[in-house]
Order: sequence, then structure tokens, then C-alpha cells
Amino acid sequence: MEEKTLKHFISKYYSQLLLTAVLLILGIVLSCKTPYFLTWANCYNILDQTSIDIILALGMVFVISSAGIDLSIGSTMAFSGIIMAFAMKAGIPVWGSLALGLPIGILMGACIGLLVSGLNLNPLVITLGFMSIGRGMALILTKSSPIFGFPNAFKFLGSGHIGPINFPILMALILVILSCALLNVTKWGYYALALGGNDEAVRRAGISVWKYRTSIYIFCGLMAAIAGMITIARLNCADPLAGWMVETDAIAAVVLGGASLSGGKGSILGTILACLVLGTLDNGLILLAIPSYYQKLLCGIIIILALVSTELRSRKEPKSVG
Amino acid sequence: MAEIEKKLFLQVCDIKKSYGHVEALRGVDLDVYTREILAIVGDNGAGKSTLIKTLAGVIAPDGGKIIVEGQAYDKLNPRQALDLGISTVYQDLSLVNCRDIATNIFLGREPVKYKLFVDKKKMVQEAVALFEQLNINIPSIHAQVGQLSGGQRQGVAVARAIKFGGKLLVFDEPTAAMGVQETEAALSLISSLGKQGYAVIIISHNLHQVFSLAQRICVIRQGRVVDTVATADVTPNQVVSLITGAAQVPA
Repeated sequence: MEEKTLKHFISKYYSQLLLTAVLLILGIVLSCKTPYFLTWANCYNILDQTSIDIILALGMVFVISSAGIDLSIGSTMAFSGIIMAFAMKAGIPVWGSLALGLPIGILMGACIGLLVSGLNLNPLVITLGFMSIGRGMALILTKSSPIFGFPNAFKFLGSGHIGPINFPILMALILVILSCALLNVTKWGYYALALGGNDEAVRRAGISVWKYRTSIYIFCGLMAAIAGMITIARLNCADPLAGWMVETDAIAAVVLGGASLSGGKGSILGTILACLVLGTLDNGLILLAIPSYYQKLLCGIIIILALVSTELRSRKEPKSVG
Repeated sequence: MAEIEKKLFLQVCDIKKSYGHVEALRGVDLDVYTREILAIVGDNGAGKSTLIKTLAGVIAPDGGKIIVEGQAYDKLNPRQALDLGISTVYQDLSLVNCRDIATNIFLGREPVKYKLFVDKKKMVQEAVALFEQLNINIPSIHAQVGQLSGGQRQGVAVARAIKFGGKLLVFDEPTAAMGVQETEAALSLISSLGKQGYAVIIISHNLHQVFSLAQRICVIRQGRVVDTVATADVTPNQVVSLITGAAQVPA
């Protein structure tokens, strides 16, 4: 057994440590600039805003770890939200509407997974297609106008309080714990990472590649549907354009969190930290009254700097061929 | 040649496989016995790797039968092959470089506790014991496979095959990337496997290795078995002639 040295620890958790440092620096700078930043109301606000991004990113961690990508999560969010909204408008009870809406995510994920693994097609292109299909369905069904007004029991899912936190934060917390366990200590997580590393080796080990790959996309789709549910419940409005471009934030968070787009690496903790960094940055810029155009610019610069630093570091590590 | 206990484990009958117009296997027949090391030799592109991949269930043959202990199959899938007791060390090793050694050893056969959680502790313990038993040197059981040398990675692949050995062990160029000492260790390991009662198939370009290990040699040329000979009956030069097609030894 080898001793775990500090150097080993740093190289293993580089992304997580870097993100924690960035988060701390952001916190210190912002609390010096504005006394409002470090109040519970503001921290709660950040957590509330970030919870949806975290849920979406959790699904994406598994997809990217297995060397896949899913661009369709934003439109899955909108599509499944619209189905829930229609169901409730038709007088179906809240639980029945959820039972109709959430499977949309599962269905989208299953279609993507079967096409990608069964026919061995490129996930980038397939999910680009499903991104259009989902958005198109949402726009066709609503004739492009949002649906308003849901029962209180449903609105609870977007803003209802449970003790000091609200339902979206609690949901994100539960899913984070679940995903942590799934990725790190179950066969499913082991195979997700192994698929990303060498899927032929996984096949030769007698593991059903298509089953695991498809279930990974199903999980991602379900996360998107849950995010969709929370979004429309919070706004009390099902917008066919909901979740526009959220996939880019989710992918950025997962990669910032230490995953590799070529697969085989992924971290739940890193992804959450990355979501919090991006969320805190958004929040801080608003508090400092910096125009929103600059926010996008700064976010982009930070993502690129973090990626360059991680990538240059990983190039120094010993790599092998074959 | 007084191996009375040796018995037929696997038969390959008229196996064919084409890739487009290229016929990799044009009807191969092969008998594999327990307690025997069978070497498969042939030039590059002769079809050796394709043949053993059909046995491992990685490639589905176009025609022919694989008979394992009396049961005939048109084709196998990887799971079936493993369950029938056929373990393979592939030339490209089939390891997941971004995962650690224990995870690779147990890939697809992870021990589970509470029916849900992978028992990593048990995996690490068993892997450490396995490497000690096989006398394979690795820097740390927690090292990623991608950080190991070529020889060490071959050691991991060989250890995995032996750990879940089953009945037939197939080695495709097992010592290609190994140093002198590692090669020596691996060869004595393979040799002892034959004596322990396993059926062993070894593919090698090194005729010196083949003659020191194998009891029988199967020569493949252009997708056909040219001849299967007992090692004791031939000289290396005769085998070279068979491989290149310069001459035929009367059967």
C-alpha cells in the first residue's frame, strides 16, 4: 500500500481544489465590495438559482464520463414541462401530470441512447437532432405561446419551503447524494467511466454496452425532465422556449469540474463546485450592478482560463498509448 | 506425450470469416485439449487473432461451428465465452487506461455488498494477493493502468485472465512488450498453467518460446490451417517453412 502524499492528493483533486479556491476568492472579494453578499438571503438566492443547473449537470456528468454528450437537455426540459402543463390544464391531478411529463425525459433519453449505442452513431449529431425535435414539439403543441397558472400543489415543487430551504434545493441535494453514490460505488458508475475509457474492453469483459449506454442517456433525460418540472413550477408558466442553451452551462460545469470530454473521468463534487462558481459569479456581477453583457464575457473568460489550466496540468501527467 | 488425462475441451469446425472481400478465415479446424499448451503460429495477417477472437465471442464468424465440451455453437458472445470458461489476453490488452489496476482486474465481475455497492476493499485485497502470488511487479495497486509500462500492463491483463481462469486460457502475444525478466516470469507462469490442467492457447511470433512451451503447434497461413504438428516431431526450420509456405511436412 502506498502512502497518500500531499502531492498525490493535489494532483488527484486538482479541479476540485482550484474551484474551491476560486469560490473562496470570489466570496472574499464580493463580501468586501458589498455587505449584502454574505447574508443568508443572498446565499439562499444563489443556491436556489443554482439548483436547476446542478440537477442538469448531474445527468451530464454520467454522459460525459462515458465519452458521450447530450445537447438535447434544454429542449427535453421544455418538452416535458409543456406536457405537464397540458395535463394539469386538462384537469389531471398533479401526480398524474408528473407521471405523464417525467417519462418524456426517459423517452428522449432512451431514443438517444438506443441510436447512439445500437447503431454506433455520433452522440453530438444525434442529440443535436433531438434538440430540434424536442424544441419543435414544444413549439408545435403550444403554438409558441406559454401556458400560465398551475395548482398550488404543483407550484410547491418550484418554490415551496421545507424548513429553511425550498423544494428545488432539497431536490438538488437528494440527487447530488444519489449521483455521488451511483458514480463512485455502483457497477453502473464503474461501467459509465469504463465505457468512456475503452468501450471495446467493456464489451470484451462481457458487459452489455448498449444497456449501460442507453441507461446513462435515460438518466440524463430524466434529470432534464425534473429540471423542467422545477422551472415551470417556479415561474408558474410553461414556456416552449424554457431551458434555452442550458446545455452549454451544464457541459461547461461538468468539464470545469474535472471531467474529460474524451471520457473516463468525471466528478460530482467538482461539477457542483463549478455550478456554484458560475452561480456566484452571476450573482456577484448583479450585486455590483455590472451590465449583463459583461457577465457573459467574464463567464466565458473564466471557463477558458480554468480549462486551460486543467488541460496544461493533465498534459504533464504520464500518459500511455493504446 | 504420456498425458493420459488430457481430454478434448473445444473444437473449431470449418470457421469462416470475411471482411468485405478479404477472407480472414477460410474454414479453420482446430482441436483444443486440457492439460496441453497449443501454439498458433503464422505470418502477420494469417488470421490468428481473428480466430481467437471468434473463440472469445468478440467476433461472430460467418460460418462453421464452435463446439465446447460437446455443445455446438454457431457463434458466442463475450459473456457466453467467459461463462464457458474461455479467458483471453488480447494483443491490445483491452484494459481501461483511466481506471486503476483493481478496477481493471474485476471489470465486469465486481464483488458487490448489500446487492448494490461495489466492494472496492475486497477488490484491492484480492488484487494485491493475486499480484504477489503471480510475482508481478507493479508500483501500486491504486495506480491507473495508463501510468504503467507496457510490460506491467500485460501483467495486469494476464493476471486478470488467470484470476477468472475458467478452463481455456488464450494468450495473444503475451510477452510482446515485456522485458527479459518479465517475459521469463510470464512464460513459466503459462507453462505451469498447462501442467495445472488448463487448456492453453498461445499465439507467438517467437519460435524459441513456442518450442519451449507448446506440446502442439498449429500453423495458419492465409486463413487456413496448413498443418498441426507435435512439437517433438518437427524442427523450427520446418515450422518456418510451413509458415511461409515454402514446404509441406507430411502429416
